[in-house]
Amino acid sequence: MARLYEYQGKEILKDVGIKVPEGRVVESPEEASKAAEELGGEVVLKIQVWLKGRAEMGGVKFASSPEKAKEIAASLLGKKFKNFLVEKLLVERKLNIKEELFAGIVIDDYEKKPLVVFSAIGGTGIEEIAREHPEAILKHHVDVLEGFPEYRARGLLSKMGFKGKLLVKLSSTLSRLYQAFRKYDARSAEINPLVITEEGDVYAADTHITIDDYAVYRHPELGIEIAREFDRPPTELEKIAYKVEENDYRGTFYFFQMVERPNPDENYIGFHGAGGGGSMMSMDAVLNRGFKIANFTDTSGNPPASKVYRAAKIILSQPGIIGYFASGSGVASQEQFNSARGLVKAFMEEQIEIPAVLRLGGNYEEKAIEILHTFSKFIPAEIEGYGRDDSPEFCADRLKELVEKRGRKVHRVKPMEEFAPPENAYSFKTLTGAVYIDHSLCVKCQAKPCVEACTYGVLKFEDGKPVLAISEEDAAKGKCTECLACELSCFLEGNKAIKIHLPIPGLKEYREKVSKEG
Amino acid sequence: MAILIDEKTRVLVQGITGREGRARTKLMKGYGTNVVAGVTPGKGGQEVEGIPVFDSVYEAMEKVGEIDASAIFVPAPLVKAAALEAIDAGIKLLLLVPDRVPIHDVLEIAAHAERKGANFIGPNTLGVLSPGKAVLGMIGGRPETAKAWFRQGDIGVSSRSGGITSAISYYLSRAGFGLSTIVHVGGDAVVGLPHPDIMLLFQEDSQTRMMVMFGEIGTTQEERVAELVEGGKITKPIVAFIGGKAAKEGTRFSHAGAIVEGGRGSYASKVERLKKAGVYIADALMEIPKVVGEVRKKHGLD
Repeated sequence: MARLYEYQGKEILKDVGIKVPEGRVVESPEEASKAAEELGGEVVLKIQVWLKGRAEMGGVKFASSPEKAKEIAASLLGKKFKNFLVEKLLVERKLNIKEELFAGIVIDDYEKKPLVVFSAIGGTGIEEIAREHPEAILKHHVDVLEGFPEYRARGLLSKMGFKGKLLVKLSSTLSRLYQAFRKYDARSAEINPLVITEEGDVYAADTHITIDDYAVYRHPELGIEIAREFDRPPTELEKIAYKVEENDYRGTFYFFQMVERPNPDENYIGFHGAGGGGSMMSMDAVLNRGFKIANFTDTSGNPPASKVYRAAKIILSQPGIIGYFASGSGVASQEQFNSARGLVKAFMEEQIEIPAVLRLGGNYEEKAIEILHTFSKFIPAEIEGYGRDDSPEFCADRLKELVEKRGRKVHRVKPMEEFAPPENAYSFKTLTGAVYIDHSLCVKCQAKPCVEACTYGVLKFEDGKPVLAISEEDAAKGKCTECLACELSCFLEGNKAIKIHLPIPGLKEYREKVSKEG
Repeated sequence: MAILIDEKTRVLVQGITGREGRARTKLMKGYGTNVVAGVTPGKGGQEVEGIPVFDSVYEAMEKVGEIDASAIFVPAPLVKAAALEAIDAGIKLLLLVPDRVPIHDVLEIAAHAERKGANFIGPNTLGVLSPGKAVLGMIGGRPETAKAWFRQGDIGVSSRSGGITSAISYYLSRAGFGLSTIVHVGGDAVVGLPHPDIMLLFQEDSQTRMMVMFGEIGTTQEERVAELVEGGKITKPIVAFIGGKAAKEGTRFSHAGAIVEGGRGSYASKVERLKKAGVYIADALMEIPKVVGEVRKKHGLD
């Protein structure tokens, strides 16, 4: 669930016609002073962070003059609250609060319907009120094909005792909140407190809105950087990883850092899971053996080898890890040779020295393990591959032994070299990269394993040289699945003529920086 | 018997000409599923694995007759349209395979399905497999592996994780137990047939004598199963394993969500609730066959 900041949520509410206090987003004390002057009278300054209980932690302050606003802004901007660095403040005109109510909409997974929740009492104690006085809370399931018209809200609120103009204002707000919830693909949308002012107006004084990760693509206007639930802003590496996921719809790639710079003395490993349940089980196994997890990664849903390769490259951009552990459920339906190829391409490029235990059980596991064995001789580190009959616990024990046996090695992040395509190479684009074939080497090649390795029939021989058997357009659209089989077979048995370039935007710059840190 | 699918179920594949559609049609057909037609708008007239492809679900039904279930393999943004077409055409069981289907689309699919008396499994599901009979979706990967991994028998498996569906079923088969049907209910927050519905189907099924359930933190599916057991609606023994013990509790942002779940949804609450209802709990995935053996002995199931 992608979270929105309060000021973003209020934009959405404004868009559907819900009243919010007049306000400005500011990033400097000067701007805060200017905003206070424009708004006039007493203002409130609120830190824009994804945290609950901002008032209690000193993140909400009132100012009676522009000078005071400037002073408060100076004290809040740049300050850290839990994981958040305050970069923005919302300056708003202060409301004359008479009453605080609560309005929210969530999705009830069991009824498979949106659930409107409304309480005549709002504020931070709302959860306790719900427990102690469930009768004081209105809960109403909405049929999405019918929607939640104002008259329905009015009927429900009138039963709670609201009357006259206030009833009309509240039901309009509730119905509009539902509109916002649907329009913006929200997972949850709440107004707390929903304020009735001394003047009799209804305002959304604060709001929390989360957007469905899977629907963020429909709302570029929200400027959501990473459509995942975070309780802190994403790290640089997470942003790089998310771009990879965004640009490749095949399978799922999830990357989350537990720590941005793993301490080399603390047993951190790179973790590469597959599938939610299997990853959790595998994580338990390594955690129970005294390892710590630098990152949580999941590549599943039958990802192409290229996606697994990029995941591995990103995991290996974390200095300080002492091992690499890949394990999923153990009985995967996805074609595991794709994972194996992606991993070995990354490991060979990186020339990793930290041990890796890779549990690639399931569909085509024999082939996957064979690939790991074949290519492990080109990798300095010890690489072990396992299948469905080897438990995650056993595999975690293996990693422990490998780490201890040869003396602990700490992973160092090297700068990335610019990809240099072979000169005058035959080349074609794939969905997320490009294949380069140096035909001058192919002429001298005896084994010619590439075309046979390409089980998708993308390549064929023409005058003894591998070329596209399909149109360039089809190859670029995904007919070439980026399985990496041609490149690896050519490396092993052929003349090392094939190079597949799979760019990861931003990673080179990131590694430049990290490698300089030593 | 078995639930949801057997060798007689007449299956349609929507998105049959895509990468996943093709591969899984091969699996389904090779395993013994009665795949009767495929649909990809604009590609009518082609054939995939010997299955005729049509431009629309309506046309497919007109040409091949009744269709009992549709497996949907189209990209996530197109799932809603494909599902609504199948529901509108009168298909009563849908399998929504893709991951990342917007949740508001799922709500709309659910509302239409409810009106038409249709059910759906998923989204984000590997599917359903009744050993020795048929597979709907992609469990097992290939016919050879699917046949080798899962033995026929009397244990119903329901899981919220795809990989774990296969893992539990494989480890049970390896330990000598057999399975009636294995179901991946889907990994998303809102799924068409969650654990409680699947458990009720197993309760009604004559082949199934006990169930194994893999739950996860979040949602209230497992708590609802506990309620069904306590209410006497489910009497067959259940062995459950809940994943996510190590996962830290997410910081809750939404008050409304907390009000609805009311303290349910966590690892501890699920385990405690299930235990109290008389569901057997395995502490680790690899322990499941052992616990199943003990439960079978206790209930005289051998």
